[in-house]
Amino acid sequence: MKEIRFHCRGGQGAVTAAELIAIAAFEDKKYSQAFPAFGVERRGAPVMAFARISGEPIRIRSQVYEPDYVIVQDVTLLEVVDVASGLKPEGKIIINTDREAKDLSLKTKAQVVTIDATRIALETLGRPIVNTTMLGAFCGATGEISLDSIDKAILTRFSGSLGEKNLAAIKTAYEGVSS
Amino acid sequence: MMKVVEGSYGIADAVRCCSPDVISVYPITPQTHIVEHLSEFVANGMLDCEYINVESEHSSLSSLVGASAAGARTYTSTTSQGLALMFEVLFNVSGMRLPIVMTTVNRALSAPLSIWNDQQDTMAAREAGWIQIYAENVQEAMDLTPQLFKISEDPEVLTPSMVCMDGFILTHVYEPVKFLDIEKVKEFLPPYRPEYVLDPKDPKTFGAFADPSWFTEFRYQQYQAMVKAAKKIEKVSKEFEEVFGRGYGGLIDTYSMDDAEVALVTMGSVVGTAKEAIDTLRSEGVKVGLVKIRSYRPFPEEELKRALQDASVIATVEKDLSIGYESALLTDLKGAFYNSPIRTPIVGFAAGLGGRDIGVKQIRKIVEKASRVKETGIEAELEIFDVKQECL
Repeated sequence: MKEIRFHCRGGQGAVTAAELIAIAAFEDKKYSQAFPAFGVERRGAPVMAFARISGEPIRIRSQVYEPDYVIVQDVTLLEVVDVASGLKPEGKIIINTDREAKDLSLKTKAQVVTIDATRIALETLGRPIVNTTMLGAFCGATGEISLDSIDKAILTRFSGSLGEKNLAAIKTAYEGVSS
Repeated sequence: MMKVVEGSYGIADAVRCCSPDVISVYPITPQTHIVEHLSEFVANGMLDCEYINVESEHSSLSSLVGASAAGARTYTSTTSQGLALMFEVLFNVSGMRLPIVMTTVNRALSAPLSIWNDQQDTMAAREAGWIQIYAENVQEAMDLTPQLFKISEDPEVLTPSMVCMDGFILTHVYEPVKFLDIEKVKEFLPPYRPEYVLDPKDPKTFGAFADPSWFTEFRYQQYQAMVKAAKKIEKVSKEFEEVFGRGYGGLIDTYSMDDAEVALVTMGSVVGTAKEAIDTLRSEGVKVGLVKIRSYRPFPEEELKRALQDASVIATVEKDLSIGYESALLTDLKGAFYNSPIRTPIVGFAAGLGGRDIGVKQIRKIVEKASRVKETGIEAELEIFDVKQECL
């Protein structure tokens, strides 16, 4: 089983991203689970969401404390939240930033992957909403779910030109971390 | 068809498949997406039903009293403070023998103000004469919905039901579920055709005045109906499994109980996490098992005694407190054993109150503490688990 933790600020869509991963993993014929860290959501406040992917039905219902992967949608959270908490040394943390991994001085043995998702989202979607872009980066950096399935999941939520733009953003991010 | 959806959506779809005639709800906090999705189904023409928005939970259940007495299949859903506001009406419904089905989403009762999960709300309503079945996951909560309509509407039972499901943990989770086939559900659950209904052409009284010469007999019959409900729960569970291919056990289910020395007894979504913890502990040689209570009312006294008779220590894990004396499940379980020759020590852990997360680590700690009872004897019958002493 692979466990994923998302960090964002209220309104940035980590809960949707977690749901989309669950839908995509199921498209890949795996079992999945996604849920938010239940709280009183306020725009801008630090928010977490979780997802699990497994070949077996998932029974565990607790929050994720030792994730295999962490996705950070907003780099300013590094100053207020221990985003790498419990992250497995062989895991990966994917951060939306224009800085390089070595400049972030994160306390983790896990691989740090950076992607300028804000720039990609602004160029492709015209808005700094990075949750779907980060899914492309997750796909490329981990290979846990196929790009095809992420695309299918996206189209369950966004139709028409918005759907197409999101797919383009995902592809750019996917290629950005895969190379 | 299997699909990843939010738990609330799964429940709403299961309710749709049961073809209720009247749904009455208070749509504002505390509430879940269940009723939001149902209102969409009605608005989109996917569900032909009278959907009533009322001004309080007291009114939502009261309006269903009238609808159910007139012969309609009726449904509502609420949680925490909403259930508390229904309290008076809960007894009216069961006393009038109206087979209303309600998804009660388990959340803590204020104060202090909490929106998070525990099971204090339904446990506080355990004497209200409603069948209460606790679901481990979204699929079970969905599958229970037609089963409980069938059980409640049985002429020998005529007792309302609550499908109890953990708030947020199950209502807000996205996971793959198998959708019910409405045609199959229609066959499994035929239309509600009660023998006694409110009808101007053939007037009857429901909830009549009962002076002391009659009241006891009404309560006696309710008590007997609940005894019959226990048999029906077993029977309908089997029927459901035959038709839909999914079974969950009857009044209880057991996990890893062969040769178990420490037996956990719990209910609701924590069962899944406990199973994970048990698998790990078993691989380390710890003989631990689990009894999952599905039906808390009627209480599965005999089934529990049979399932737990060979354990050396029994530990309840429950998300409620009876302030002033222990916690509800612990006291009930001890009562079940008192007149039996089995003298296994029973201890209780009140955990997960107000939404505090119960993970594998917490279950391991509870098993460790319960194991110690074998050597040291019982030090405290109830432990309020994970209290932060530094905050007191």
